[in-house]
Amino acid sequence: MSPQHDTSPQHDTSPQHDTSPRQDHARAASAFVANRGRATWHDQSLWFIREKRDRAAASLPEWETLRERASQIKAHTVAKLAHYLEEFEANAQRLGVKVHWAANAEEHNRIVLGILQQHGVRKVVKSKSMLTEECHLNPYLERHGLEVVDTDLGERIVQLRQEPPSHIVLPAIHLKKQDVGDTFHQHLGTKAGADDPQYLTESARGHLREKFMAADAGITGVNFAIAETGGVVVCTNEGNADLGVALPKLHIACMGIEKIIPRAADLGVFVRLLARSATGQPITTYTSHFHGPRPGCEMHVVLVDNGRSQIRSSDEFRRSLACIRCGACMNTCPVYRRSGGHSYGSTVPGPIGSILSPAMDAEKHSTLPFACSLCGSCTDVCPVKIDLHHQLFTWRRELALKKLVPATKRLSMKLLSFVLQRSWLFALGGKLMRRLVPKLPRALLYNRFNAWGRQRELPPMPPQSFRELYVIRKRDAASAREPARAAPPAELPSKPSQGDAA
Amino acid sequence: MKVGLFVPCYIDQLYPDVALATLEVLERRGLQVEFPPGQTCCGQPMANTGCTEAARPLAEHFLRHFAPYDYVVCPSGSCVSMVRHHYDEYFPGDTAFASLKARTFELCEFLTDVLKVDTWTGRFPYKVGLHQSCHGLRELHLGKPSELMNEAPNKVRQLLAGLEGLELVSLARPDECCGFGGTFAVAEEAVSCMMGQDRIADHNQAGTAVLTAADMSCLMHLEGILRRQGQTIAVMHVAQILAGRPVPQIVAGASALVQLRRAS
Ligand code: SF4
Repeated sequence: MSPQHDTSPQHDTSPQHDTSPRQDHARAASAFVANRGRATWHDQSLWFIREKRDRAAASLPEWETLRERASQIKAHTVAKLAHYLEEFEANAQRLGVKVHWAANAEEHNRIVLGILQQHGVRKVVKSKSMLTEECHLNPYLERHGLEVVDTDLGERIVQLRQEPPSHIVLPAIHLKKQDVGDTFHQHLGTKAGADDPQYLTESARGHLREKFMAADAGITGVNFAIAETGGVVVCTNEGNADLGVALPKLHIACMGIEKIIPRAADLGVFVRLLARSATGQPITTYTSHFHGPRPGCEMHVVLVDNGRSQIRSSDEFRRSLACIRCGACMNTCPVYRRSGGHSYGSTVPGPIGSILSPAMDAEKHSTLPFACSLCGSCTDVCPVKIDLHHQLFTWRRELALKKLVPATKRLSMKLLSFVLQRSWLFALGGKLMRRLVPKLPRALLYNRFNAWGRQRELPPMPPQSFRELYVIRKRDAASAREPARAAPPAELPSKPSQGDAA
Repeated sequence: MKVGLFVPCYIDQLYPDVALATLEVLERRGLQVEFPPGQTCCGQPMANTGCTEAARPLAEHFLRHFAPYDYVVCPSGSCVSMVRHHYDEYFPGDTAFASLKARTFELCEFLTDVLKVDTWTGRFPYKVGLHQSCHGLRELHLGKPSELMNEAPNKVRQLLAGLEGLELVSLARPDECCGFGGTFAVAEEAVSCMMGQDRIADHNQAGTAVLTAADMSCLMHLEGILRRQGQTIAVMHVAQILAGRPVPQIVAGASALVQLRRAS
């Protein structure tokens, strides 16, 4: 993997960068696939990480036990969420942390801005947090005259390009070295055409160092918040969370309420699963624990709901709150790998994003649960055993109930069902199709309305269906048993006819 | 023991020989097999599109036609998975359904788990590429998916491996989805076809002469791409190989290629 891609697992949820209308995944995906070379490269980069993950998982004989354990801890925690959040709050306060509660994104942003303004902050460094993405914190703070710099390398690259991250762990995975070179040339004044990762990384490091030095406050995400101790844990590969909060006197940690775990002892289970699932590393380079402010400094934690309680109240989708944002489901997803993260149009793309995003705005994200072949690879790769593909299946039903599946589709399925409830009609329909299709000219069959036929041949049309052949076969067998007829029994076929070989 | 043959709707209409081959494979084990003619479709296309209520009558239809049998056997992991994993919501607490569900099997798992067939006898001297269909693999556990770190026998592979002369090729991505996915194949045509083309490229580098799977739907999609590309890899359902069918001739000259790739 090229170094411009940060590899540290990340935090926090969900949708969306702009207020564009309904996301059409299929259309965005076909635009991505149209650049076949790039789509293949994207697929291979992510598959490379998936394979690293496989090796890392295989190196632990207890892998499946760990997954089971993690899944149980999360289920337990989500069931007693209020209890553990309150325990966390009390313990954090004891450590001198100021704890805030935000019901939604706006409230979160207001709280963060309030704290920053209180301290007269002008410049903020952020260590990547998907939660602040979800809440659109950057544009909000910028509107209020603050400078916000994402310090994770990949995140900084997409920030300079004014793009959203395309992956929750590898925010710039959609970019090639050359793209990064161009971006840095434009914004950081590196040499034109430079694509040497070493050179580019060095330049970015210099640039970021200035930002770290000048910052008045550091904002970080949270990977795990420990109820028992009141501390928060942030996992990064670049150490930027540490750097970002080391100099300024103000640290604000923003987290979704599902980041809570009961005990410090549980942390080991998740930390072992997280980095291995995310990038195939045994552990992230930096696993930083923050238990209270440094002397003379302030530490705040903002606990954000933003739709999570609602997900929690749903029996169908509650399990999605167990997500630790490792990104493994994206790396393994054959659709994500070939359609790119931006095609999902949501802060969290891929399988888990396709579950979380419609929970936030079903209409806007109604195509996402269909951007899936239901292969189930995500379910088996998920370190906390979320039954992702079953939830995607369930989402389709929810969307149809909400009439967010196109009427043409719903009607055609009703019609199909009508036909299939009547075997004679089904047989007749099949027969007509098998008769008709071979007679039609190619131009009529393979037109722009036939999405199947754009890159595929239609199946061959056999003269007879199985049900027809079955009747003939039975009749033949019966007449063969007729004693009065034909040859003596010895010469009868001893086994069933071979039929016509395909 | 009376076995009801459960033939997926598209196999009935488009791939009748796959159903015939399944019938023959079962009869070869001395079973009395019947095809209940009232059956049509498991309802998966509707359920997968979210149209749950349109699928309900088909689930009831299925129960009505198959309840009288001791076992129900189907040459498709996907349709069996529909029955096993998605019918529950139509029959909550219904013991007749629970019992039917427990008696419904995919062909290969029926052979290995119920009939306890260890190895299948026959001859098939070709390089065979096995496509692990997702629903069979990850929902019926016909084998161990590459994501899981546990042990599980691969039932399809085990049956094929018994055939004399058959050589299973090794794929770079042994169990990635082919991209069919039911209505996904049409709704997300671009990604679906790229996935299929990538699977075929993997089979090409591995030297597959005959591409097989326990699900004809995946093969319908892959065959559609193969034919469009003018490729000569032959496509056969596992049941056809087990039933001893000859390798189908694709286009002129294809047989020569198949000969070349014959396993020694
Ligand atoms: S759903 Fe599972 S695999 Fe996907 S990001 Fe969350 S924890 Fe990782």
